[in-house]
Amino acid sequence: MLTSQRFRATVLSLVLLFIFLGIWEGLNIVPTDVAPKSEYELLMGGASQEARVPPPSSVIKLAYKELSNPFYDVGPNDKGIGIQLGYSLYRVLTGFFFAALVALPIGFLVGMSPLMHKALDPFIQVLRPISPLAWMPLALFIIQDSEASAIFVIFICSIWPMLINTAFGVANVRQDWVNVARTHELGSFKTALQVILPAAAPTILTGMRISIGIAWLVIVAAEMLVGGTGIGYYVWNEWNNLDLTSVIFSILMIGIVGMLLDLALGRVSRLVEYEE
Amino acid sequence: MMKYFLEVQGLAKRYPGPGGEQNLTVFENANFGINKGEFVCIIGHSGCGKSTILNILAGLDEASDGAVIMNGKEVVGPSLERGVVFQNYSLLPWRSTLKNITFAVRARWPDWSKEQVLEHSMKFLDLVGLKGVEQRKPSQLSGGMRQRVSIARAFATQPQLLLMDEPFGALDALTRGLIQEELLKIWEETHQTVFMITHDVDEAILLSDRILLMTNGPHAQVAESVSVSIPRPRNRTDIIHHPGYYKIRNHLVDFLVNRSKELTASAASDTTNTDNTEVSYDIHPVVVDPANDGSETAQQTQSKQAAK
Repeated sequence: MLTSQRFRATVLSLVLLFIFLGIWEGLNIVPTDVAPKSEYELLMGGASQEARVPPPSSVIKLAYKELSNPFYDVGPNDKGIGIQLGYSLYRVLTGFFFAALVALPIGFLVGMSPLMHKALDPFIQVLRPISPLAWMPLALFIIQDSEASAIFVIFICSIWPMLINTAFGVANVRQDWVNVARTHELGSFKTALQVILPAAAPTILTGMRISIGIAWLVIVAAEMLVGGTGIGYYVWNEWNNLDLTSVIFSILMIGIVGMLLDLALGRVSRLVEYEE
Repeated sequence: MMKYFLEVQGLAKRYPGPGGEQNLTVFENANFGINKGEFVCIIGHSGCGKSTILNILAGLDEASDGAVIMNGKEVVGPSLERGVVFQNYSLLPWRSTLKNITFAVRARWPDWSKEQVLEHSMKFLDLVGLKGVEQRKPSQLSGGMRQRVSIARAFATQPQLLLMDEPFGALDALTRGLIQEELLKIWEETHQTVFMITHDVDEAILLSDRILLMTNGPHAQVAESVSVSIPRPRNRTDIIHHPGYYKIRNHLVDFLVNRSKELTASAASDTTNTDNTEVSYDIHPVVVDPANDGSETAQQTQSKQAAK
């Protein structure tokens, strides 16, 4: 029954996909000029009405071409999609890593000490709602390096969900388990490592999952600003080239990579989950 | 006066009243002792502060007044010398059954080798009949099995005093009976000193050497210390045929149904009249032994106690 439902769901997904692609393809008629072409238009190759959203067939054709050779590099404005995504992933993972390095210990501190919670809460509440891109000018000025500034923006936007979830998870560890640690005379370091960390791990991982999702959202915008490399820059560059097929293709790739990132962290969080 | 292994002296717990009003006294003047190797149960209605007393003995809570002395030393904070079995088992759900035990054993004897820890842990898992499920997580065990793990964990650390907070309260009657017998068996082997909270009169008679009775809160007191003069080894089916069984049982039920209220009322009027804590500081529970002589008066027993 379960497998058959799964099978039916897959069939339904495919049907919906084909209906969507069919409508998109069907609506894409190459416009024919009503009036005869002017001399100017003839001179320009008659391309006046060619600008249109490309049909899925040409997106698929491009995707096939790009994905069969994803790592080519022929100069700053023509790199394979794999290279562009690689740059973006590198920035996201670096920023995320440093954010985890800062957010997890501070989250632990805030979660374990009510004093620190009260003292740090105002800062967290003010800094958290700031759009990460608002930091960009300041980062560019202080760091004076566009690459590092992009990573910094990822860093700053990844911190908050991780910090808040860690603090919440740590503060809400069941008192019974803490009592078990106390009656077994565990020191505070051992208690943190052997009881509080495993107890709060699922909540912490949820925070990390939210963080990496946001980081992947933000990297596209950040790379549009700093330029040079990355999938965000690629989208913007293809827009400037008026190559909408590539724009649609890269939008699709952003979605797929984002999904893979989430799946990966979902796998990790399943490792630390426990049932009460 | 005879020296107890564990002595509780003038213990009291008060919570500050709202808005600087008079404090709320949960219990006060708790004076009692436990001998080495003794199994003592404490019974009282909800809200009389039994759990608070146990938590203070465990070092998890602080008394407002009085002291607890174990082995000549005052009890301050939790210690491995005082093991606790919690009502809700308090197993660590991300650890397997075996690892829940090794966790405790390793904390108790940090110098032991891996093999030693494992062997010791398995021995106690075997003692509660849980060999074969050691790799399962607590969530994959029934309530009875979880409480067995919790008991094994506590016994494995071989504390000088074992505290049990209504360990069978959450179990169904059939499982409870089984685990009570297991607990008896382990206790006969180890002669572990136990202080246990229960609501179950029959359970208390079956397990303990002595039963402490508490009056109702607020201003609860440990009013009586009832000896259970029924020879060991005991078991559930035979114990009810002992001539003393119903004498003890009736005494306990009478206390819980009728006298626990009356005693609280009279104690409350006493403290308001005298307003002198030093007088009431010396209240000791009346020693009774219903199985041997239910008519014995309080004065007689106390003088006997003094003659010893």
